[in-house]
Amino acid sequence: MASLRETIDEANDEALRRMLVADPVLIDVIPAGEAMPALGDRTILHAGPPIGWERMCGPMRGAIAGIAVFEGWAPDLKIAATMASEGMFEFQPNHHYDAVGPMTGMTTLTQPVMVVENRAFGNRAYCTINEGLGKVMRFGGNDEEVRARLRWLRDTLAPALGQTLRASGGIELKNIIARGLTMGDEMHQRNVACSGLFLRAIAPHLARTGLAHEDLAQILAFIAGNDQFFLNVAMVMGKAIMDPVRDIEASTVVTAMSRNGTDFGIRVSGTGDRWFTAPVEMPEGLYFPGFTEADANPDMGDSTIVETVGLGGFAMAAAPAVAGFVGAGAASEAANFTRAMGEITLTDNPEWTIPALDYAGVPTGIDIRLVVETGIAPTINTGIAHKEPGVGQVGAGVVKAPMDCFRQALIAFAGEMGVAA
Amino acid sequence: MSDDTRSGLLDRPIKIINVGLEGFAKELADRGVPVVQIQWSPPAGGDPKLADLLSKLGL
Repeated sequence: MASLRETIDEANDEALRRMLVADPVLIDVIPAGEAMPALGDRTILHAGPPIGWERMCGPMRGAIAGIAVFEGWAPDLKIAATMASEGMFEFQPNHHYDAVGPMTGMTTLTQPVMVVENRAFGNRAYCTINEGLGKVMRFGGNDEEVRARLRWLRDTLAPALGQTLRASGGIELKNIIARGLTMGDEMHQRNVACSGLFLRAIAPHLARTGLAHEDLAQILAFIAGNDQFFLNVAMVMGKAIMDPVRDIEASTVVTAMSRNGTDFGIRVSGTGDRWFTAPVEMPEGLYFPGFTEADANPDMGDSTIVETVGLGGFAMAAAPAVAGFVGAGAASEAANFTRAMGEITLTDNPEWTIPALDYAGVPTGIDIRLVVETGIAPTINTGIAHKEPGVGQVGAGVVKAPMDCFRQALIAFAGEMGVAA
Repeated sequence: MSDDTRSGLLDRPIKIINVGLEGFAKELADRGVPVVQIQWSPPAGGDPKLADLLSKLGL
């Protein structure tokens, strides 16, 4: 009979196998309501673990009001907020619908979502299209300028991108990530290289769609002008990789980390889809001119799925420029972040390597036991939203996952395994 | 270690490795003494219940 340690080791080996054989391919862009048939009218998907209106932070409330107006469920922002407070919208986490969303993570019926299929397992995951930087809905922006951009994404960019991806046969993502890591991206706060590689891959197919020249020019300019365009692609890829890792009995591997601006939540393979939550922490970082820490909202977004697969803060050594951008110290210190994450993960990813670390693979497979034992919390690179609704992004920084999530998960996991202290 | 060895220890430049609490290393560094800091903390932050669980769960 196998010992408990052997049982856990075998379960974790299977979790790592599923992560490493994943084959995520971006195949389409379609309306969220079509991608997720269970998504109902007046249902708003948000980032992070479950939360009600009364506990939502400012930017999350701002985005809720904005998306309600965008969908035509409310005539203006004030009435939308009142409707939300009176329970006229249903709130659900993106993660409960095979989806992820950056920062506030708004996903509703008519919004277009990118579709990534994990061809090793057949599952699909979804994420909205990146809006660009500054005053955008994912950071709580909600005025007409923000909503007009969302309409353009829905009515012009999304149909063209969907047609392009279908014609291309899909864009394989693991290779783009591998190349991006050698070009200075870590896929959370730096996506310059991957956005360029992605545009290069789709441009010929996009040109063949027969779009009007002006539409084509606007689409090319939008993608080329947004260094973070690939962030949402990396996120939906991460979700497609991690979903088949859920529900492996006796596995201590983290399958999701996510924040709603109030709570940080994690899920662990061996404890199924249960969330373990703790209050989110405040990022430490650098602020855009005119803003300070006093303006900042605590940590927010589903984008931590990127760290869950070994990128973002875990791959900081690949992107020393990010260390400076997020205020994490000198470029030479970037490698220390990645090495520290190696202390709480089970393996390296041989397909995603970092030149500056002699081509070591990114740290992969967060083990809740190692997090609790070492006291080393996952490091996350993140954007920082203004704490008031409607303002948008004010900076970027580094934040730690709260240790209490991992302590709770360990105790619950032990209970599942019939182990008491 | 002989008494002779001990008495000669402080006659030469000292090479120091500090394990754990960083305050000791910082004090030395502030005085210009070369010191290498090794990060270490008790398992599970010293929480005996969690440390016991970890040992039962294979760590």
